Amino acid sequence: MELDPVLLSRLQFAWLVAWHILLPAFTVGLASYIAFVEGLNFFTGREIYFRISLFWTKIFSIAFGMGVVSGIMMPFQFGTNWSRFSDATANVISPLLAYEGLTAFFLEATFLGVLLFGRHLVPRWAHFFAAVMVAFGTLLSSFWILSTNSWMQTPAGFEVIDGRFFPVDWMAIVFNPSFPYRLGHTVVGFYVTTGFVVLGVAAYLIRSARSADEGRVMMSTTLWMLLFLVPLQVLLGDMHGLNTLQHQPIKLAAIEARWDTARGVPLTLFAWPDEAAETNLLAVDVPRLGSLILTHEWDGEVKGLKEVGPADRPPVAIVFFAFRIMVGIGVVLLCVVLAGTYLRWRGSLYDSALFLRSCELVWPLGFVAVLAGWTVTEVGRQPWTVYGLMRTADSVAPSLTGSDVLISLAGYVVAYLIMFPAGILLMARIVRQGVKSGETAEQIESGRPQSPIMAAAGVSEGDAQ
Amino acid sequence: MTPLDLTPVWTLILGLGVLFYVLLDGFDLGVGILFGFEPDTPSRNVVMNSIAPVWDGNETWLILGSVGLFAAFPLAFAIIVPAVYLPIAAMLIALVFRGVAFEFRYRDSEHKTFWDHGFFAGSLVATLMQGIVLGAFIQGFEVDGRVFVGSSWACFTPFSALTGIALVFGYGLLGAGWLVMKTEGELQARMRRRGTICLVGVVCAVGIVSIWTPLMDPRIAARWFSWPNIALLAPVPLLALVAALMAWRGFVGRSEISPFIASICLFLTSYLGIVISLWPMIVPHRYTLWEAASSPSTQGFLLVGTLTLLPIILVYTAWSYWVFRGKVRGDIGYH
Repeated sequence: MELDPVLLSRLQFAWLVAWHILLPAFTVGLASYIAFVEGLNFFTGREIYFRISLFWTKIFSIAFGMGVVSGIMMPFQFGTNWSRFSDATANVISPLLAYEGLTAFFLEATFLGVLLFGRHLVPRWAHFFAAVMVAFGTLLSSFWILSTNSWMQTPAGFEVIDGRFFPVDWMAIVFNPSFPYRLGHTVVGFYVTTGFVVLGVAAYLIRSARSADEGRVMMSTTLWMLLFLVPLQVLLGDMHGLNTLQHQPIKLAAIEARWDTARGVPLTLFAWPDEAAETNLLAVDVPRLGSLILTHEWDGEVKGLKEVGPADRPPVAIVFFAFRIMVGIGVVLLCVVLAGTYLRWRGSLYDSALFLRSCELVWPLGFVAVLAGWTVTEVGRQPWTVYGLMRTADSVAPSLTGSDVLISLAGYVVAYLIMFPAGILLMARIVRQGVKSGETAEQIESGRPQSPIMAAAGVSEGDAQ
Repeated sequence: MTPLDLTPVWTLILGLGVLFYVLLDGFDLGVGILFGFEPDTPSRNVVMNSIAPVWDGNETWLILGSVGLFAAFPLAFAIIVPAVYLPIAAMLIALVFRGVAFEFRYRDSEHKTFWDHGFFAGSLVATLMQGIVLGAFIQGFEVDGRVFVGSSWACFTPFSALTGIALVFGYGLLGAGWLVMKTEGELQARMRRRGTICLVGVVCAVGIVSIWTPLMDPRIAARWFSWPNIALLAPVPLLALVAALMAWRGFVGRSEISPFIASICLFLTSYLGIVISLWPMIVPHRYTLWEAASSPSTQGFLLVGTLTLLPIILVYTAWSYWVFRGKVRGDIGYH
């Protein structure tokens, strides 16, 4: 069998970025959560918030470390496998990626050390400030990465000379049409994902009576946030969908498995899209609901896949099912939040074994939804790397053979199958230990480098003695 | 009005960035290689502790270097990186094991031996692959228009194997110099011995590379041996010899600082030698820095932020090294 370097390169990128995206999905949200509890501690003076922050900071340090290691992979992929894409687009997207690198470095070099190790060495306000800056830094990283990604989806602000893209208007490039929606939908998605991890851990701590007080505070704060964030995410998703309808109608047609352009289209709840026959098998349709949801009009027009030839369509089934997985998970998570809110109103939030068990079970679903949503947007972009302008098949490095890529892919698979389970087990171990009341123990067990701020304080303490 | 030519500025920034990476991650990769030869856990702990506070900052230069090449000289990025596909992939995988070992060997004590092996092998393989990339870069690539068209295996040559080995000794030399500075007693004495072994290896390998490179390419030979270049450039190899002698005296003598400083000087002269051989090409024998540079608008847009953030990063890096100055011990260390 002939190995296809394009397909294998796509699989390799998918493998690397799928694992990598799980970490920002967690660290972006967790950094903000830590900043939030640090703030509660700073303004109320209650020590319980301090202990919660300490607990999550330990987990954050492992996740952040893994995020750095898996993040180093990504810029190289643009060169090793996608060199023709890089040559064509570098003048436009490279500064966005470079700004992400500089921002991440700046963040790493300054405030992260204070957050992880400076707890007893800087004033509380400074530690709170460091936590806010780390959270801000992770958001800034998301900003640049998603701007780059959005430009590939909805390119703007450029001109094409000899098949290469050149910048004309940087504001239009950075704030391209899909960027604000993608940024909002992704970041809130990260927040919701992290929220359910905190909720799951809180339920475990309450049920195992290990650190029940801390667990209750975690659950209470997080549930309030999720009550706001999950409906917000539904709203943002809807806006993102309208944006996709406007700028990437064929992607939207794949999401909904709509073959023919029509008005007043139904909503297909389930179907088996048959790409060869250009039709849906076993379709379960709700009349007219499709047009209502997608266009916000009973009679709105939705473009079908047949508007373009088969060579210009994305793989329909993957996009169709990934979207349904994402939305389905959204519905499940919304139900959990509503159930929790009802129990809170009844005053039995922490006593319902069923609810606590549910929280412990649903925590990974946010990650699945992130991956599914990412699949929708990236597979839905196919067969293009720069939407409508540059094909994926024309983006790959021409020198690569299938076996070259197979070798590297096998290496990446083995490495990640060792690293990620090990890291997840270590984080689980910290959760099982519960929230510690002791304050100094964790510094000895930590393998992370101590930050200069701590050593600086240590030196001056030593001098004073 | 023609826009200001920013290519020299970006050449300087990227050149310094690569140099910082080679020196900073160079010594801590070297420490990782020497780690594998340490006989017992306490001394391995000291060796690892000596770089624990700084390694992740050092490695971040690799991201800045790759993204910097992409942004400043995208044509070079698009040709060179696929040409060294396999060594880059091997380097990245090696860096995964090396990177997580810092955290995991402390938290996951049941599998400490596994992570120790990962740390050593990861450091060794990453270094060897960087050396192979360097050798392949000096030799040049098979280019058609704007793309690399050779085989992914073409980068593995006797010459690149030699530069790979040279870099293992070179990073080992830097690592030994660092550890002489940061440790005491028996461990320090061992590092002095290992430093001399690495130095002999480096001098031999760099010597062979220095003879082989001009033989391989008449243009490089002309660059070095034509009049008056030979007189103007003679100080570079002479300074390299002086640095090697200084390093030798430092390792066998009692100085704790000079082995590291002299090793850095040896790297500086070697780096300068490569720059002189290849200037002004960024894709050797094919494209100049100016031909491979990104558009003036791209250069300008990125320069604003770079000139703001890079000095802060440099100051912080310098400060963190200052804070962690002095000897490291195994029992308390930095953890």
